[in-house]
This record gives sequence, structure tokens and C-alpha cells, in this order.
Amino acid sequence: MTGPALLSVEDVSVNLPTPRGNLRAVDRVDLSVGAGRTLGIVGESGCGKTMLSRAILQLLPKKAMLSGRVMFDGQDLVRLDRERLRKLRGRSLAVVFQDPMTSLNPVLTIGTQLIETLQEHLELDGVAAKMRSIELLAAVGIPAPEQRLMQYPHQLSGGMRQRVAIAIALSCEPKLLIADEPTTALDVTIQAQILDLLAREQRRRHMAMIIITHDLGVVAGRTDEVAVMYAGRVVERAPTPDLFKRMRMPYTEALLAAIPKIDAKPHTPLPAISGRPPDPTRPLKGCSFSPRCRYAWAQCQIEKPPLADADSPGHQYACFRPLNTAVGAPA
Amino acid sequence: MMQPVSQPVSGDPLLRVENLVVEYPVGNKTVHAVSGVSLDIARGETLGLVGESGCGKSTLGRAVMQLRRPVSGKVLFDGKDLTAMQGDTLRRMRRRVQLIFQDPIASLNPRRRIGDIIAEPLVIAGVKDAKKREQLVHDVLAAVGLDPQLVIGRLPHEFSGGQCQRICIARALVLNPEFIICDEPVSALDVSIRAQILNLLEEMKARYGLTLLFIAHDLAVVKAVSDRVAVMYLGRLCEVGPSEQLFAQPAHPYTALLIEAIPVPDPDVRPAESVAVGEPPSPIAPPSGCRFRTRCPRADQRCSDEMPELREVAPAQFAACHHPLIGAA
Ligand SMILES: Nc1ncnc2c1ncn2[C@@H]1O[C@H](COP(=O)(O)OP(=O)(O)OP(=O)(O)O)[C@@H](O)[C@H]1O
Ligand SMILES: Nc1ncnc2c1ncn2[C@@H]1O[C@H](COP(=O)(O)OP(=O)(O)O)[C@@H](O)[C@H]1O
Ligand code: SF4
Ligand code: SF4
Ligand SMILES: [Mg+2]
Ligand SMILES: [Mg+2]
Repeated sequence: MTGPALLSVEDVSVNLPTPRGNLRAVDRVDLSVGAGRTLGIVGESGCGKTMLSRAILQLLPKKAMLSGRVMFDGQDLVRLDRERLRKLRGRSLAVVFQDPMTSLNPVLTIGTQLIETLQEHLELDGVAAKMRSIELLAAVGIPAPEQRLMQYPHQLSGGMRQRVAIAIALSCEPKLLIADEPTTALDVTIQAQILDLLAREQRRRHMAMIIITHDLGVVAGRTDEVAVMYAGRVVERAPTPDLFKRMRMPYTEALLAAIPKIDAKPHTPLPAISGRPPDPTRPLKGCSFSPRCRYAWAQCQIEKPPLADADSPGHQYACFRPLNTAVGAPA
Repeated sequence: MMQPVSQPVSGDPLLRVENLVVEYPVGNKTVHAVSGVSLDIARGETLGLVGESGCGKSTLGRAVMQLRRPVSGKVLFDGKDLTAMQGDTLRRMRRRVQLIFQDPIASLNPRRRIGDIIAEPLVIAGVKDAKKREQLVHDVLAAVGLDPQLVIGRLPHEFSGGQCQRICIARALVLNPEFIICDEPVSALDVSIRAQILNLLEEMKARYGLTLLFIAHDLAVVKAVSDRVAVMYLGRLCEVGPSEQLFAQPAHPYTALLIEAIPVPDPDVRPAESVAVGEPPSPIAPPSGCRFRTRCPRADQRCSDEMPELREVAPAQFAACHHPLIGAA
């Protein structure tokens, strides 16, 4: 990591009371991102990615219990009052969700939504806000932006809606953008365009960005650092090239192996990960991955592996038998 | 305007689709969802069908099953035209063809027990002997990797997405069909579960001697299971060919674009910058000539004047393009 962190998540846990008992959605996570940097968070559905991003944004469900600190630009968001948080979320801290309809209002035109955001947070007058809106829509690749201002979200395709959601998120020049599976609902061609768009805007604005995804392919060429989550925990964290070249966690390896590769021969059986993640209301005593891990040994069922430093800088993993080490299995 | 029918790998086709046209009326307009598609699927073959959202993949699958009646064209299953069949005759034929959907949870009745859900096709098909039905349900559940004892008495919501897809596959297999249309069977599943289900489909195909039409928008997923791949764009076929060959040397600019857009899990492979320009046009007013021309880097006047027909550009590889990337133009 270079430079001081713009955001640092320190020992954050999120617990949710459910009818089945306490659900630990996020388990003692530490992460950070510097200005102009991109962090990828990868993991299967239900591993806590969205809860973590909501914990950063202070947008957790009411009954959720949050502990730890979320330091952003020198202040702890967990302890900030609601009014200051609201201001911050509009301006410095922006988010794009998987389903763009989460951030768009279905009964307002695209124009109204953009212009209102700009007027509220940047105190622009109507004319300036409209001009700016048109610029923003053009910047996110929407053809004929003046006409689009009059349209409602349902009149746009999924890809267009996500572009509009990005335009709104970028409208106030945020310092940090969190994109929670921004392309999961989109086609590959549109996905590539949206990811390019995010990367371009990020460079231009020197903004920090967190891309949350379940697809290691999405983070590979587009992030500086990757954190892999499993059952609420960060189980491996490393600079992106290091993660792919020297992965230590059996889970990361398994996740990568399970992806069908475009250069593989048809009808090659895929190395699937057997079973599924543990029930988050019934946390395991040992390593959460142990029931599915091909390298598990006795200790793995008894003790939780701590997140430990690897020998390459900035690389951490939580495993008793890391790959490519004396105690671990050969990768 | 008969398009040449692409040749299957070998033998007479189990399914032959000829010049199929499917439309949906919306208000006083028409959605041209499938506009003259022809293809063959040989016995024992898996044909992958890829294309962006809304290009007509599901519509094609549903029209093959006659769940949506085509406007014109033929669907020959084992030599017999399904479009000409009605009532009981059609129902009997349909037993030999099954459909698996994208959303496994939504496609199971939430109030019925798994045992009954899987037995239902047997009841409809007139298998009266309850003991026999029970035996068949047990066998098929075991085949898809579920423990019949633990599963039959439970309700769909008690299962994860991956398990529900196993149940859907069991339901599709219980009548011992010859042909299964898999409409995005793994799109809603996580990477780790996806691999399990793809492996299961391959196993079931071998075990039950199935022929598959495998619809998906993820090219790597399609390649993993398909002998041949058909690429669809805005209601038309762009290209059909043997999987490896098609990915190694795409002839149609749209196929090339789809391949370039795949995110590769390797940090040394830089993603190609904005390979894919714009979005597909509306199927209500598709472009004249080649439907891909509004996004195609090679488009010229001829492409807007003249509709390209599928023709052979390499052995067993067919493309509908005036300026293909391989083969003589
Ligand atoms: N019942 C319907 N009434 C009107 N239009 C429809 C209907 N069903 C589908 N369409 C339209 O027909 C076209 C083809 O749809 P289809 O569902 O076959 O696409 P698809 O390739 O399966 O897409 P996806 O990848 O999103 O599943 C689309 O433009 C769609 O909006
Ligand atoms: N509003 C909620 N109430 C209770 N549990 C929830 C809620 N939202 C998510 N969860 C649970 O928290 C865990 C983490 O969920 P989430 O952060 O959405 O995962 P991801 O985004 O990685 O798919 C899951 O077990 C999920 O079922
Ligand atoms: S700690 Fe043990 S079970 Fe967990 S990932 Fe490492 S080897 Fe596998
Ligand atoms: S026919 Fe023309 S527009 Fe269509 S794909 Fe070929 S070159 Fe492109
Ligand atoms: Mg999520
Ligand atoms: Mg579909």
C-alpha cells in the first residue's frame, strides 16, 4: 500500500439477530484503501460482502449490531452523527449497487434525480445543474443525454440504468466509490463497458474505489489489492499480482480453479468445491473452510487460523497449511 | 429466404429447427424475438447457445417446446414436426423433451414437498403404480447427488440454490427424456456451486444418453459443456461451429467481441479497453441488413443494404457476415 489510507476498516464485526439465533455476517475485518487505489473484495454469495459495504456506509439494517471503527478521511464514521453522515454519503462517499433500481427512484425522471443531487450537495443553480447532468450522462456513455434527462428508469435497459446510477454516484466527485457487484446482473459486453467506465472515471478523479464481486476474473486486471472473504472473514489479502501468483489460501485456489476457463477443452470436468459454506448462525469452531478443504488436517477443525503475514509484503492469509510452504500442500 | 442448415457432427439430427420465426405483439408493435433461425442438433450432442440478454435465446427454447407457438418455421423432433402437433400427440412428444430454468428456486412450487414435485411428471404421464413412482423418484434423486431419505419430505425453501437446481434436474430426468433444454441453468449460482452443477449435467448426459441445448450468456460456461456453439444476436444466428474452433478462430465480429469481453482471472491479461461499443438495438425495430451493424467495427454500406446469410467459412463453421474475420469474404 502506498500513501496513507483514505479509508481504513478496523476490526469491524456485524451481528444480526435472526429467528435462528445470532448471525455473524462480518467477523473482525480489517481493510484499507488509499486515494486513487482500487480494492477488490471477492467471495461467494452470503459471505458478508454487502454487509461489510453497508457497515462502511453506515447503512446497516436497524437491528444489526456493528463493532469496530471505520476511519474515513480522518473521522470514525461509526461515531458520526446522522446529519454529518448524510452529507458525507452524498458527497465524499458514493455507492453503486448490483441492482441499479436500489439507488434510482422509479417515479422520478433521470434528470430530476441527477439535478436534485447536484443542487443539494454542490449548491449549483438549476441551469448549471442541468448542464452538469448532461455532461455526466455523456461521460458515462449515454447517447443523446439531453433526451435521457426526461426519461424514467424503467424506460432504460439494465446497462443504461447502471450507467445512470454511476453518473449519480460520481456527480459530486466522491473521494471513495463503493461498487457492490455493479455488473453481476449485466451481460459480459455491458459488464466490460461498465468496468472500463469505472476505471476511467477513477483515474480521472483520483478516487479510491472498492469493487465487490464474486468473480475473480473481474478483479484480476482491474484492482491494486484483493481481499478474499469466506464466512464473514477476510481469509486472504494481497496486492493483486501477488495474490494470483503466490496464493496461500486453499479457498482462493479452489475458487479460481472452479471457474470455467475459456482456453480449457470442452467436457473437461471442473474442479468443483464440494459442499457449501457453513450456516452463518452456526459458526464452526475451527477453520470455516475445513469441511470443504482438501488440505484440512486435525488442527483445522479445532482452532481458527489467525490472519497472518506471508513473506511477501502486504500479503496475509488465514490458514494452517498455506499453499507452497513447508507445512502446506504443493499448489 | 431459407438459410442453409448447419451440419451436425454426425448422424441424422434429433432436433432440426428450420427458419423459425417467433414474435410477440406489444401494443400495436411487434417484438421480433427470433427471426429465421435454423439449426440442427445431433443425437448425443450438446449445442451451446450464447448471446446477450434479450437476443431471443429463451424464446427459441420455448418455441422448440411449443410453449410459445412460432409464427412460421418448423421444429422437427426425431423427424416429426412439433409445430403441426396439437393436444395429446404434442403432450406425448413433449415427454421426450424437458426444460430446466435459470431460477431453480422460483421454478419449484413452494408449497409442495420435493418427493411430490419430482413424482408429478410421472403422475401426469400416467404412471399409476405408486411403488414404482417412489422407486423412480428415489433413483433419480440419488443420481443427482441428493439423499432421497433426507430430501423427499422437505419443502423447496429448505434448500440452497444449488440444491434446488439439483432437484430441478431430477424432475427433468425422471421421465427419462431424450432431449433437455437447459436455459441458463447455472447463471443464478455461485462459482463454486456452478462447477458442481455443470459436472452433474455432464454426468447425467452420459448416464441417460441425453442430447442437450445449453443456453447461457457466459461463453466459458458454454464452452465447458458444448460440442458445438451457436451465437445469437438480436433474433438471428451469427455463427455456428465446433466449440474449440469457434473460440480459437471466430469468424463473426460479434463472436470475437463476446470472446474479448470475457473477464480473465489472470492479472497479466489486461482487459481490452471498451471492446464492446454500445448496447443492442431494440428488437421492435431491428436494423436493416445485418442486425449487428450498429455496433460492428467492420460495417459498411453493404451491411445495411443486404442481410448476410449463414455460410461455411471453415469446415463445419458457419457465419452470417459479409466481411468475416476468417475465410474468403
Ligand atoms: N412475453 C413477452 N412479451 C413481449 N416481449 C417478450 C416476451 N418475452 C420475451 N420478449 C422479448 O423478446 C426478446 C427476446 O427475449 P428472450 O427472453 O428470448 O431473450 P433471452 O435471450 O432469453 O434473454 P436473457 O438472456 O435476458 O434471458 C426480448 O426483446 C424480450 O424483451
Ligand atoms: N437484513 C438482514 N437480516 C438478517 N440477515 C441478513 C440480512 N442481510 C443479509 N443477511 C445475512 O448476512 C450474511 C451476509 O450477507 P451479505 O452481506 O448480503 O452477503 P454477500 O453480499 O456477500 O452475498 C448472509 O448470511 C445473509 O443471509
Ligand atoms: S486452515 Fe486447514 S481447513 Fe482451513 S484452509 Fe487452511 S488447510 Fe484448509
Ligand atoms: S455483415 Fe457487416 S455489419 Fe454484420 S457483422 Fe459482418 S461486417 Fe459487421
Ligand atoms: Mg451482496
Ligand atoms: Mg432467457
